[in-house]
Amino acid sequence: MLYRECGVFKSTYAEDMAIFPLPLDKWGMGILLIVAFLVIPMTADRYLLTSIMIPFLIYSLSTLGLNILTGYSGQLSLGHAAFMAVGAYTAFNLSARLDLPILLCFLGGGLMSAAIGSLFGIPSVRIKGFYLIVATLAAQFTIEWVITHWAWVSGENVLGAIDTPPMEILGRSIDTPVEKYLLTLVVVIVLTIFAKNLVRGKIGRAWMSIRDKAVASEIIGVSQFRYKLLAFSVSSFYAGVAGALIAFCHLGCVQVTEFELLLSFWILGMVIIGGMGSILGSFLGAGFMVLLPIYINRVVRMMAGVVPSDILTNLELMIFGGLIIFFLIVEPYGLARLWLIIKGKLRLWPIPY
Amino acid sequence: MLFFLEVILSGLLAGVMYSLVAIGFVLILKASGVFNFAQGAMVLFAALTFVCLLEKAIPFWAAFFITLAVMIVLAVAIERIVLRPLVAKPPIILFMATIGLAFFLEGLGQGIWGADVHGLNIGIPDDPFEWLMNKGILISQFDLVAAFIAAILVTVLVLFFHKTATGTALMAVSDDPEAAQSVGISLRWIWVITWSISGFVALVAGIMWGTRLGVQYSLSLIVLKALPVLILGGFESIAGAIIAGLIIGASEKLADVYIGPYVGGGLENFFPYFLAMVFLCFRPYGLFGREAIERV
Amino acid sequence: MGRKLIFGLFAMVLVASMVVVSGQALAAEKKKEPPKQYIPLFAYRTGPFQAGGSGQAGGNEDWYTLVNIKGGLNGVMIEFEECETGYNTARGVECYERVKSKNPVHIQPWSTAVAYALIERATKDKIPLSTIGYGRADASDGTVFKYVFPLVTNYWSLSTAKIRYIAQVEGGLEKLKGLKIANLHLDHPYGRETRFILEIMAKKFGFEVKHFPVPWPGIDQKSIFLNIRRFKPDWIINRNWGVSCTVPIREAARIGFPRDRMLAVWWCGSEEDVMPAGPAAKGYLATSFHGVGKDFPVIQEILEKVHHTGKGNISYGRVGSALYNKGIIQGILTTEAILTAQKKFGNRPITGEEMQYGLENLNITKERIKELGAEGLMPPVKTSCRNHEGFDLMLVQQWDGNKWVQVSGWIEPFKDLVRAEIEKSAGKYAKEKGITPRKCE
Repeated sequence: MLYRECGVFKSTYAEDMAIFPLPLDKWGMGILLIVAFLVIPMTADRYLLTSIMIPFLIYSLSTLGLNILTGYSGQLSLGHAAFMAVGAYTAFNLSARLDLPILLCFLGGGLMSAAIGSLFGIPSVRIKGFYLIVATLAAQFTIEWVITHWAWVSGENVLGAIDTPPMEILGRSIDTPVEKYLLTLVVVIVLTIFAKNLVRGKIGRAWMSIRDKAVASEIIGVSQFRYKLLAFSVSSFYAGVAGALIAFCHLGCVQVTEFELLLSFWILGMVIIGGMGSILGSFLGAGFMVLLPIYINRVVRMMAGVVPSDILTNLELMIFGGLIIFFLIVEPYGLARLWLIIKGKLRLWPIPY
Repeated sequence: MLFFLEVILSGLLAGVMYSLVAIGFVLILKASGVFNFAQGAMVLFAALTFVCLLEKAIPFWAAFFITLAVMIVLAVAIERIVLRPLVAKPPIILFMATIGLAFFLEGLGQGIWGADVHGLNIGIPDDPFEWLMNKGILISQFDLVAAFIAAILVTVLVLFFHKTATGTALMAVSDDPEAAQSVGISLRWIWVITWSISGFVALVAGIMWGTRLGVQYSLSLIVLKALPVLILGGFESIAGAIIAGLIIGASEKLADVYIGPYVGGGLENFFPYFLAMVFLCFRPYGLFGREAIERV
Repeated sequence: MGRKLIFGLFAMVLVASMVVVSGQALAAEKKKEPPKQYIPLFAYRTGPFQAGGSGQAGGNEDWYTLVNIKGGLNGVMIEFEECETGYNTARGVECYERVKSKNPVHIQPWSTAVAYALIERATKDKIPLSTIGYGRADASDGTVFKYVFPLVTNYWSLSTAKIRYIAQVEGGLEKLKGLKIANLHLDHPYGRETRFILEIMAKKFGFEVKHFPVPWPGIDQKSIFLNIRRFKPDWIINRNWGVSCTVPIREAARIGFPRDRMLAVWWCGSEEDVMPAGPAAKGYLATSFHGVGKDFPVIQEILEKVHHTGKGNISYGRVGSALYNKGIIQGILTTEAILTAQKKFGNRPITGEEMQYGLENLNITKERIKELGAEGLMPPVKTSCRNHEGFDLMLVQQWDGNKWVQVSGWIEPFKDLVRAEIEKSAGKYAKEKGITPRKCE
């Protein structure tokens, strides 16, 4: 009853192809956007903006990138963090050395990352399945090595850290948490819409055909080489932009150690927990992996003083690990699928037959 | 020349230490198709339990078998709680479950035994081997013993797989789980067995590496060294893990010693992956991995 | 099945949220008590560097507990709270934002990467950043970095002091000529940071320095030591962190390199680093900025009043370990700075901005140290507007197989050289960031 699909009549092709064909979805999304653009900036305090919302949005974007590669095209990658590093360092150099407008820096970071990503995607034509992680792991370690060893990349800084220059858009400086949040939000939304349209168009269908049955899709004329490489480059593009956002909008000063292999694993985790092959899932997964540890930490710390803190810290790890397993058992195909199930229930509630 | 020989020898011996960890992965991949991210955490957990029992003045072998029992209990619990509900799900989801498992085990091990660093001394000296030292080659006795233990371990495993009924059943499951089930092999039982064996391998690897690094969290990072070995050797082959370990060990040392100085050093992290990638471009399923046949 | 689980989940989330809410309510009730001095503590009890994170936190907390047992700071009790960073920058920044609203007196992140990310934020929020013995070396220049305090020495001072120590052992600065020194360092920004200053020293004194990067996590360093063997160094400088500190000791034993020619950064000079190496570590040298062991009145007092009454914050065996003592020193510096600020602003909880004054006018004299019972544990510290380093001498300690033994007096760095580099680097930072350096009297 609550979630109604009947009574929606599509009379034009445009309506049929709308992203949100149902009025309810449209309204829901509208309210979400109003909350994101108006309510949160006006009411949220600095902690919520800088430590919750900004990282959540950035990691969602990064997860979305990996989801395109892993969820839609079926290619496993463990080099995502390194591609984020490429984006961060490229954007830094464009901004510090050439003084380009900030959005162009982000774009440049993404493009550079896309170029390097597709380079490391070439072996995917030959290597398949779990074995493919070797190429992306090679990317991870090589990029880390290059950034550490070539001082030029980090601005000849003895300390090896990139300290991002102040941001400016059309003469207006982006400085406060609210401004940084809004900038992140706009970038994330634009790229999300782009991704949504990409995956429901011809390219997306080609990717999914590769994922579902590579041989069959090759037979019907989907060029494996072109589309796999395209998936790698689009995915790395998203990673690059996310990395640049981390450097500029989140941390402000980063070292290459931020983008370690462990982060690649985490982002892969976000994809799987959120739901592979789902845009919504990318956001849910990032929320789970980024926010849950903080939430657990806050809840568990209520016991501080009663239980020794080293036990508390380990308890946090156990709860987090336990919850990952728990959610996988409840719904192996990710949180996005859980949302689908809830929608299905709402369709019939309160009078299921 | 002598130096070159030493580089190769110490590389080979280092490779054996990597293989020791990689075998744990292979066992589980072979029998249940799970890429076990928690292998590192299992090594840590086993070593922590073992060393803390030793510190409670329990004799070596008693501690060893108690830890082994703990690892078997763990295997049963993992099968019951994690694997059984996720049976027949895509491998990547099981992989994610093992990430959760890794967090859980790290928390559990350190929660019970504390996060202090423990020294572990099992009585094998880590000094140069005298006979070789006189000839100008410095090879640690510890490495030789480790290689010897690895050799025994592999022999035992191979014998187990080929000569016992359970081993044959394991091979059958890894070949074709459905056919194996249809002839009456219990999948659950097989899983418990493989996770137990893998726990045993983790214990051995934990003791060997723990002696060298001290028993602490970093022990779980040895996985990083095992990954390229695993990929190069092929996911399903124990022999592959050993041979790939030797190749990776020797070649990474050669690269770091003879190329490293010209490019600023620190090649050791990414060189093995490049090597494995080049190999895989010719043999996409590792040296001894099982080739997947694709049909429409 | 599925539905039940989902409902169970909702119930769980609900209960958990209720715990949070009630906790906050409790916190609100607490406010009726007399105001306390809030000191946040960034710790990392998990992850690859947990040995360090837990040791420092333990010492720090034990000291605050002792201060509270003895009646607080002029009647102001200390309320300390741990925040787990896991040595991860994002979590560190999250911790910072979390504690910021509670009026923290200072922030001590115990991590170079977190410190870098916080410098700009903390300066803007007027919260001092204490980074003892790590962090940005050029922050010693107080004219540019008003809110950053690398209180007891920095890496650049340390590196030059190491060379002076080597010269002492070799028998004079002129003996450095022709020496070969291997700089074994973690291949991270932290490890690479001191390469340039060692090169300057090498040029000045005519020794040869060669860098050997250790890729993280550095659990196997055979090939590096094969290279070191070819280089045949007279000394090895061990500049690692975590498990990569331990491995070189064993590798040195394997190639028969004398351990008493290995000189480590202080983060490689804790019991946790040498114990796993076993007998191989005997003779190993490490630098430090504090005394070793627990034979100090202050630590005895902590044992008696804190640990024997069951209020200890660390396992009994680790009291007096190198990392623990660093935590104690951090604690003393913090409370002394608070006392200094209280002299000016009154006996009440101090704000971050007031703490900046306290840290900048810190003057811990020999007499005061004796009063604290920390004689030999810590050196006199005196800061000023220009000099935020306060103190730049170092000690060398040696592992005798069971414990650390102090083997040198206080060793001076090459002050002028370091200061010039610090001002150069700080100037560059000021220019990049558009900061006009303060005028100092």
